[in-house]
Amino acid sequence: MRGPDFGPCGNGLPALFRDPKPMAHIQVENVSVDFPLYHGSARSLKKTVFAAASGRLGEDTRQRVVVQALRNINIDLRSGDRLGLVGTNGAGKTTLLRTIAGIYEPVAGRIRVEGSLNALLDPQLGMNMELTGRENIMLRGLYNGFSKPQINAMEEDVQEFAELGEFLDLPVRFYSSGMIVRLGFALATCIRPQVLLMDEWFLAGDASFMAKARARLESVVRGADILVLSSHQSAAVLNWCTRVAWMDHGRIVMEGPAEEVMDAYLRGVAPSARVLEEAASLPA
Amino acid sequence: MEYPASAMNAISEPDAIAAPAITEPALPRLATSTMDIGADITRTKRNSLAWTDLVEGAALWRLGVTLGWLDIKLKYRGSLLGPFWLTISTAVWIAAMGGLYSVLFHQDLHTYLPFLALSLVTWNAIGGLVGDACNTFTQAEGTIRAMRMPFFVYALRVVVRTAISFAHNLPVIVGVFAIFSVWPGYVAAQSLLGFVLWTVDGFAACLLLGSLCARFRDIPPIVGSIMQIAFFITPIVWLPGQLGAHGWWLPYNPFDALLETVRAPLLGHSVSGLVWMLALVDSVLFCGLTWFAFVRVRTRLAYWM
Repeated sequence: MRGPDFGPCGNGLPALFRDPKPMAHIQVENVSVDFPLYHGSARSLKKTVFAAASGRLGEDTRQRVVVQALRNINIDLRSGDRLGLVGTNGAGKTTLLRTIAGIYEPVAGRIRVEGSLNALLDPQLGMNMELTGRENIMLRGLYNGFSKPQINAMEEDVQEFAELGEFLDLPVRFYSSGMIVRLGFALATCIRPQVLLMDEWFLAGDASFMAKARARLESVVRGADILVLSSHQSAAVLNWCTRVAWMDHGRIVMEGPAEEVMDAYLRGVAPSARVLEEAASLPA
Repeated sequence: MEYPASAMNAISEPDAIAAPAITEPALPRLATSTMDIGADITRTKRNSLAWTDLVEGAALWRLGVTLGWLDIKLKYRGSLLGPFWLTISTAVWIAAMGGLYSVLFHQDLHTYLPFLALSLVTWNAIGGLVGDACNTFTQAEGTIRAMRMPFFVYALRVVVRTAISFAHNLPVIVGVFAIFSVWPGYVAAQSLLGFVLWTVDGFAACLLLGSLCARFRDIPPIVGSIMQIAFFITPIVWLPGQLGAHGWWLPYNPFDALLETVRAPLLGHSVSGLVWMLALVDSVLFCGLTWFAFVRVRTRLAYWM
């Protein structure tokens, strides 16, 4: 853990300006997540009932196809920590983000998150193409439990960033694709959480990412006490993360300082037990 | 007052020094919260988490109301009369059925039509809600998979949506009552109690049917056929008096008991103690069943999307 004067609560500042918020903390203990695969007859009540009546249900339950999405995940993040999740597609990165966000409740283990949380997972979240830009902004504010003045501030901010002008009062389906991207991005980044969970889509098309958008995203990332970023892009992970967890088949196979893990990951080296131990004992 | 968070972290984070100066307005912060979930929780904890869901969902009532309102607005956006199409179609329906059935049943239009108007409009609300309740969670799939939200918000959305449709049908009842100069008197206020019961049962229906239909995708058609049968065995187009002595079982039909708590006062009759008691017993059983199911499936709902 970092020393006390390295905390994100602005301990270097006079007491008056200190952030009054309590410290953010993520504790993931031995968490496992299974996805039941419902397909065909498993979705049907009729077939389930008939299967139960003919005594096939017990067997069915045991033989139910599940995907082991996460296995025995342990993570402990405190204010100031920036964790990158790397791994191939299907390694469980997004599922882990969703689990930390409280969307999937684990089948084993325990999760505790202290501090406000925002997960940037779905670029289209809450965006209704039929609603106007203004209505979409209002809805997003309400989803976050904001008050009227807070929603007004949000609207002003989004309007300024997305530069929609008169289109703000037109349904989103009339927008150009560029306008939709700007609105979605502005909506997602106008909230300052203590715990920021971010999926890689947010960094997609990095090269063409406007400088303005980058600065905005960086300010949100820096404003967060804890960042968990799932990404394929080593540059972004090295730039923003202090620690990296390498995931494979739902497990964390290696965790430690960003450079070290990224180096191993890019070379495709399987981590030895020694590295894992070392990583655990390293200060975060 | 809020201040830009970046200013704070510029001091605590060494790499922030190289970052461009950020001069953004202070933006709203999310309320700080603590989330604590685990797989090995006790039954008490499961119950309390389900209860928290209801409380937090109720606290987000502005969201639920807005979602329900926008659903109606979107459905009728671009149409000339908007949701008043509902009013017109209900009026036409009642006029057509009233004319036909008063002849078929040899009923005096003067007593029959107010009864029919009230019955059809109230049944529209009940039947509409039950049908809509099936999609409570499947409809919100995108949001459920993208953020942690109290599931009760989605139930609130469906109930609000139904209430708005119902309100648009009220002018038809008022119109029919005015044409036949029916005035129920002050006993009509009793129906408010019935509406309270309906609202509670409506939330329960959304949570129960919404969960069941998320898991088993063939339930909506089953619910549809049950409601169709219920429509015919409940006195809606026919008068309870027509059954004579054979109608003793009517209040034991939960739909009839529930309907009566609102319909009878609006027609100027007081609701009998038996009907109220049965309506309450039915509601308690239904809500109990819903609670039992919701506490168990709440954590699984996201997996079923």
